[in-house]
Amino acid sequence: MEIGLGHYLTVSAIVFTLGVLGIFLNRKNVIIILMSIEMMLLAVNLNLVAFSTFLHDLVGQIFAMIILTVAAAEAAIGLAILVVYFRNRGSIRVEDINMMKG
Amino acid sequence: MEVLVVFLPLLAFLIAGSIALFGGPKAAPAAAGHGSHGHGHDDHGHAQIAHAHDDHTHDEHAHDDGHDDHHAAAAPPTVGDRVAQFVTAGAVIVSAVLSWILFFDVAVHGHPRTIELMTWIHSGTLDVKWALRVDQLTAVMLIVVNTVSACVHVYSVGYMAEDPQKPRFMGYLSLFTFAMLMLVTADNLVQLFFGWEGVGLASYLLINFWYEKPSANAAAMKAFLVNRVGDFGFALGIFAIFVLTGSVQFDAIFAKAPTLTGETLHFLSWDFNGLTIACLLLFMGAMGKSAQLGLHTWLPDAMEGPTPVSALIHAATMVTAGVFMVCRLSPVFEYAPTALEVVTVVGGLTAFVAATIGFTQFDIKRVIAYSTMSQLGYMFFAAGVSAYGAAMFHLFTHAFFKALLFLGAGSVIHALHHEQDMRKMGGVWRKIPFTYAVMWIGNLALAGLPFFAGYYSKDMILEAAFASGSGVGRFAFALGIAAALLTAFYSWRLLFMTFHGTPRMDKQVYDHAHESPVVMLVPLAVLTLGALFAGVGFHEYFIGHDRAEFWGKAIMTLHGHDAIEAAHHHTPGWVSIAPLVVGLIGIAMAYIGYVMMPRLPGQIAATFRGIHQFLYNKWYFDELYDALFTRPAKALGYGLWKSGDGAVIDGVGPDGVAAATRDVAARASRLQSGYVYHYAFAMVIGVVLFVAWLSVFG
Amino acid sequence: MILQGIAFYVFAALLVASGVMVISARNPVHSVLFLILAFFQAAGLCLLMGAEFIAMILVIVYVGAVAVLFLFVVMMLDINFRELRKGAMEALPLGALVGLILLAELAAVLGGWIVAPNVAAIAGAPTPAIDQVSNTQALGRLMYTQYVYLFQASGIVLLIAMIGAIVLTLRHRPGVRKQNIGAQISRRREEVVAIRKVTTGEGV
Repeated sequence: MEIGLGHYLTVSAIVFTLGVLGIFLNRKNVIIILMSIEMMLLAVNLNLVAFSTFLHDLVGQIFAMIILTVAAAEAAIGLAILVVYFRNRGSIRVEDINMMKG
Repeated sequence: MEVLVVFLPLLAFLIAGSIALFGGPKAAPAAAGHGSHGHGHDDHGHAQIAHAHDDHTHDEHAHDDGHDDHHAAAAPPTVGDRVAQFVTAGAVIVSAVLSWILFFDVAVHGHPRTIELMTWIHSGTLDVKWALRVDQLTAVMLIVVNTVSACVHVYSVGYMAEDPQKPRFMGYLSLFTFAMLMLVTADNLVQLFFGWEGVGLASYLLINFWYEKPSANAAAMKAFLVNRVGDFGFALGIFAIFVLTGSVQFDAIFAKAPTLTGETLHFLSWDFNGLTIACLLLFMGAMGKSAQLGLHTWLPDAMEGPTPVSALIHAATMVTAGVFMVCRLSPVFEYAPTALEVVTVVGGLTAFVAATIGFTQFDIKRVIAYSTMSQLGYMFFAAGVSAYGAAMFHLFTHAFFKALLFLGAGSVIHALHHEQDMRKMGGVWRKIPFTYAVMWIGNLALAGLPFFAGYYSKDMILEAAFASGSGVGRFAFALGIAAALLTAFYSWRLLFMTFHGTPRMDKQVYDHAHESPVVMLVPLAVLTLGALFAGVGFHEYFIGHDRAEFWGKAIMTLHGHDAIEAAHHHTPGWVSIAPLVVGLIGIAMAYIGYVMMPRLPGQIAATFRGIHQFLYNKWYFDELYDALFTRPAKALGYGLWKSGDGAVIDGVGPDGVAAATRDVAARASRLQSGYVYHYAFAMVIGVVLFVAWLSVFG
Repeated sequence: MILQGIAFYVFAALLVASGVMVISARNPVHSVLFLILAFFQAAGLCLLMGAEFIAMILVIVYVGAVAVLFLFVVMMLDINFRELRKGAMEALPLGALVGLILLAELAAVLGGWIVAPNVAAIAGAPTPAIDQVSNTQALGRLMYTQYVYLFQASGIVLLIAMIGAIVLTLRHRPGVRKQNIGAQISRRREEVVAIRKVTTGEGV
């Protein structure tokens, strides 16, 4: 059958939801959070590329590339923070991060 | 001249008040070098400076050795004190002389007048002016007020000589005089009310003169509050008069009064006779001010003030304001016969009840206070049977002899070093002969023995009450006769207990008992003249054949009501001599009880214990009022405070808001768990809600 | 078309499956590997759509750089993964519910997307025909002319990220010897050389 815009968008929605779930369902370690963020960004990229294709507009792909760049940068910084945190606290259990308790 | 008479005391008050507030120049050099600690030195200084005023310098030494707390270190009077005393006493003396001149002009020769000063209120149909109405009634009151006030001012110079706050006292006396003068010269009800309130204020200030005494504080508040209840009625009465007549000015009211007999006032779906209601409300004010039964509880307590205050305010002038008001409004009261009957009954009852209480009391001032209350009752029931002239005449004579009695009592208290309990007096008649003599004269006048002032006025009242023919009149007559018997009895009881018998006080106090200084004896002499000659000199004018020309339009009596007329012509003989007979019986009883068989009164009191306790405790009026009004009011206040204010308003308002804020904040702070995934979850929920909202409303 | 459909479904299924495994794998190294698989599937999807440059960039940057970085960190942190399982079960129902709701909303919104008919006329940069200009060329033409500032800005972002990462993780260990050129050059003979008279056989 004809693969339309809706299919791609649905797939990207699923992946996005999975990423969201991954952020707060995991109690294990912070790296999962970072990976979930990457998955959400991936889903968004897919979305943009899908729209760009079906609307015949290249701007979407430009935007997807910019997002890619930013995602890479953010992954780097996130991991750097994680490393420093691990150095200081010795654990990356999400449940142990509660020093901001109000 | 009229303006001077009224406003000189005001000027004196302002000057004395300024001295009291800002302090006059300090003590004269003779005493300054020694400071105010050495008693002996002070007395020398005192004698040097005040030589003209006291004549017992050596007695001062002894006097100050037996100290009690009314005198702090007796500092010599400062220049400020002297100025205050001279200014106030001088002003009131001048006013008194001018009032006598005015009296002869206005009343004896018959030239009443009204002097307008300025407009006070002009609002719609309400037009109130400051005006001095000087007619015969006013002239009588002017001489009463000013003469007694002048005597009291001069007396106070001596009596309060050891008090450190003389300017304040003299200032308050002058303030009172001014307010009373405003009251009696008022041309409209609002100005009268101004004076009314002014004398109430001055009474409060003077009763509370020694303001560090808690009992004085309580007494002053009681006086003011009970008066307030009366004033509430008075104010309502003024409103009622205004509603009925459209004006508060006396001439306008009197002109309209005859036409108002049928008018009704509608209130809460009932119709009342307008004039009756107005007069009853006005009488309620008179009841408060003149300590009639029901609103009388303040008068005995008011004896907390210095004795000159009692003489001036609670004997001669302020308490007579109610009588004056009823007589002034006689053209209105005449058309409200129901109100007059109420006045008669209340007056008669007051006369009797006060006498019964008076004859059990031991404080010399309280006996005289109850005597005042009783005589005021006489005046009121005289007014109630339309014998306004007799009421005013009794007011006139009573002012003299009652002030004399009070000041004489003050002299006794001063002599016995501030002892007021008669059980601790006795046997001093040889030591203070002048005081003894004037007390005899005062009591003779009070009991109404022939030739003395009270005879003419009191007898006329009783005859008029009998001759009025009405039921209430006869009732009041019976009560009046009984009260006359009791009056004679307790007056001579006072004399015998105070001056005769064996001395019951400390030997030291007895030895130091001495006659008062001249400055205190001269006013006593002046008032004695009044007690002796006021009756015989003026009775023709007030109640005799010349009364019609004398009073002129100041007092009005309807023809059928004229009780004085009836008294002159229609009374049986026994009515005329009944007061004299009961008076003599009373004196005889007192002699038996307190001179011949001194243990008899104690035995009678023990036998009739219940009645004696009832009378001694003032018919339990204070306790009754406490249970009826004070406790419920306090309970209500307490309840409103704790539950109303505390629980409801504070609970819902500040406390409630604060607690709610704390609660909400506590719950909200639980959101800050510190866990990142909680925050992430919250963000996701936010996104979900946002998308949902967008898809539904977007 | 059939091939396209099959390819799409295979790629999509694998993508979703690996996504699920990313968040539920016990071993974090497995999670990263599944992430890499997900990236590959996404690249495949992009290829299907004709965005070949994006697809290749996905593979090079995401898989080659980002995922490898993840792998480095995971292995470096030496996590004990056995005891990290508990706690997730309690939040699962609520979380799953919220996730389902989100998914439903997204699907409803995006699945029912109607494209306006005249959208071609308002395209920001119309895609040129594929036979005339390749995707890469078209993108290049667009990016280095119209969006050059964006391009430069993203370069600066990368620079900042690099500096940030270094700043965050650099630590000064005590006792590490480093050269201080300035000090070396400004040294003077008197400070470091001292001549001693030494008798033969004795030490200093």
